[in-house]
Amino acid sequence: MHIEIRKEKCTGCGACVSACPYGAIAIEGDAARIGNECTVCRACIDVCPEEAILFVRENAEEISRGEHRGVWVFVEQRHGDLAEVGYELLGAGRQLADRLNTELCAVVFGNGLEEKAKGLIPYGADKVLLVDKQELDQFHDDLYSSVLLDLIENHQPEILIGGATSIGRSFFPRVAAKLKTGLTADCTGLDIDPEKQILLQTRPAFGGNIMATIVCPKSRPQMATVRHKVMKKPMPDNARRGEFKNVKVDMGKMMCRTRFIEFVKDVSEKVNLTDADIIVSGGRGLQKPENFALLRQLADLLKGAVGASRAAVDADWIPYSHQVGQTGKTVCPKVYIACGISGAIQHLVGMQSSGMIIAINKDPEAPIFKIANYGLVGDLFEIIPALIKELKQA
Amino acid sequence: MEIIVCIKQVPETGNIKINPQTNTLIREGVPSIINPMDMYAIEEGLRIKEKSSGRMTVITMGPPQADAALRESISLGADDAILISDKRFSGADTWATAYTLAQAIKKIGHYDLILCGKQAIDGDTAQVGPELAEMLGIPIATYVRKIEEIDNEHIRVHRMMEDGYDVIDTPMPALLTVVKEINIPRLPSLKGKMKARKAEITVWTADDLNGEPSFYGLQGSPTWVVKIFSPDPRPSGRILTGKTSEMVAELVKGLKETKII
Ligand SMILES: Cc1cc2nc3c(=O)[nH]c(=O)nc-3n(C[C@H](O)[C@H](O)[C@H](O)COP(=O)(O)OP(=O)(O)OC[C@H]3O[C@@H](n4cnc5c(N)ncnc54)[C@H](O)[C@@H]3O)c2cc1C
Ligand SMILES: Nc1ncnc2c1ncn2[C@@H]1O[C@H](COP(=O)(O)O)[C@@H](O)[C@H]1O
Repeated sequence: MHIEIRKEKCTGCGACVSACPYGAIAIEGDAARIGNECTVCRACIDVCPEEAILFVRENAEEISRGEHRGVWVFVEQRHGDLAEVGYELLGAGRQLADRLNTELCAVVFGNGLEEKAKGLIPYGADKVLLVDKQELDQFHDDLYSSVLLDLIENHQPEILIGGATSIGRSFFPRVAAKLKTGLTADCTGLDIDPEKQILLQTRPAFGGNIMATIVCPKSRPQMATVRHKVMKKPMPDNARRGEFKNVKVDMGKMMCRTRFIEFVKDVSEKVNLTDADIIVSGGRGLQKPENFALLRQLADLLKGAVGASRAAVDADWIPYSHQVGQTGKTVCPKVYIACGISGAIQHLVGMQSSGMIIAINKDPEAPIFKIANYGLVGDLFEIIPALIKELKQA
Repeated sequence: MEIIVCIKQVPETGNIKINPQTNTLIREGVPSIINPMDMYAIEEGLRIKEKSSGRMTVITMGPPQADAALRESISLGADDAILISDKRFSGADTWATAYTLAQAIKKIGHYDLILCGKQAIDGDTAQVGPELAEMLGIPIATYVRKIEEIDNEHIRVHRMMEDGYDVIDTPMPALLTVVKEINIPRLPSLKGKMKARKAEITVWTADDLNGEPSFYGLQGSPTWVVKIFSPDPRPSGRILTGKTSEMVAELVKGLKETKII
């Protein structure tokens, strides 16, 4: 985008000079000249009596939908398992593809995943592109972005979405940077603008205090990462037919500078926080590390995971990987049970989009009660054991 | 070792409100702080610098007020600070922000390590670090919770994942984004505060950088915000008081009704 002066028409009258808010126009000789300060605000165009000022869009920015087709969902794998959020995104992607009258394609990178990748067709994919290579077993930013860029170049999708997971949020930006295209992080809503046929991406910002709808009108693909658990996983339809393609990629040409050494599993957790449907979280009200055993008992009963406030983490009662909030994780389970947590804003921003919030706190003024669906005012050391007992009977 | 730390000045959360008439952010009277995650990047940079007797430069792209964030970094021990500030940079999305930072870093020239916070608390995108690494053509390790080994050739780190952590090794120069677990930031010393007050902060505008002018700011941003609105308020809940057994029974009944159990 830039502003151009048609010298043959310009009379050097100077109307644009005074209209320019940035002082970017000067009269040189008998014609106007646009300087570096120009922000392409276009204020000059309307004031020119000779229509000598043009707003020029470079060709690359004129995106016609013609060349770019298809909605792609990147379904990530970790240790050979496809991520749940991938299935959720196939549901969302199906709706987008239908609105655009185009195909939905699932993209999978991994090693020995043919059966699992084919299994995405019942969840709505028209096509599955699998890159099955031993090198792709472990996640490398370099490798994943080079392979995905290669596929994008060859197929030109119009939309590309992936989970807002550690992996997705790490390498999608690299891909977007390379393509000079937009990427919207951690979306909670996706839709198609019926008129312009572009992707409307809605996400929380400022810790969920505001919502913003973002578009990427001029570059392709339109890219977004999407939060876990906000889209609904579709019911599989085993009668669905689709195309499966084992894509050949010349791995020798793909760049990878990092080396994977080892994976160290978090043994303190059976279900990880982001995948959990139910999270039982503890704060300073737990008083000492041993008391997290009580929460663990409740979480196990509900097949959930254990979270914590920063106060509990900073006191070394539980590792940082459990911390929920601004400087920890953002979670969105079906049920979040906050035990002995006051509900400071920095904690709330990490969990306030949970489906149901249950708060147990002895202080009736605790701010956590303001966002709770159920607030139990009382001593957690009485309430939680009673709840465990009641649940065992239920 | 030459270290560059990218920091962002952000409004302190909690105080952000939106004007219901205009749907714009009310920023007046909201104090600004260094993005909390960036404090860990600064601290880690200082520790590496002290061990390797290197230098640490802190950079930020932002309005003139971001000078305060840079002075705070100097009070903690940064050697140099650069404010990348120009009206033409305003309205930048993550792509244009990373592009501008990349141009500034290219101008700085030599570096071994770039540190960023995992994410900023205003935008919450966590995208600037990885985008910047791509634009500089260097490898990255995201969500670093620990640096296990570091020398002039390579760095070995623990990268936090949902189910544990990966140990990965990357050649230098590299970019790391860090999480809170990596360290406990220090407080400024009295001497540091004095130094910060007197420090010369370098200011670079678009004219000082070599980039393509149309790639800066709003104009260079592939994404556009078309709407800002308040989230749906949560439905008001039920506050239960009284006897434990009754509260628990009431809760369990509710859980059953919503088919949670
Ligand atoms: C830059 C920054 C980033 C931060 N990031 C995070 C973050 O990511 N996550 C986070 O959680 N915090 C974060 N914080 C900290 C946050 O501001 C709060 O300090 C923290 O969340 C408080 O933790 P808490 O609720 O466990 O403790 P407290 O605020 O001390 O609350 C404990 C609660 O337990 C209740 N209680 C005590 N005993 C009992 C009992 N027997 N039965 C029932 N209730 C009981 C009390 O009434 C009280 O409400 C951050 C702060 C800053 C400045
Ligand atoms: N304007 C900026 N100036 C310098 N660094 C920035 C800026 N914006 C973001 N960063 C860096 O990128 C990280 C991630 O920011 P974000 O992608 O906005 O969540 C931050 O923690 C900073 O280290």
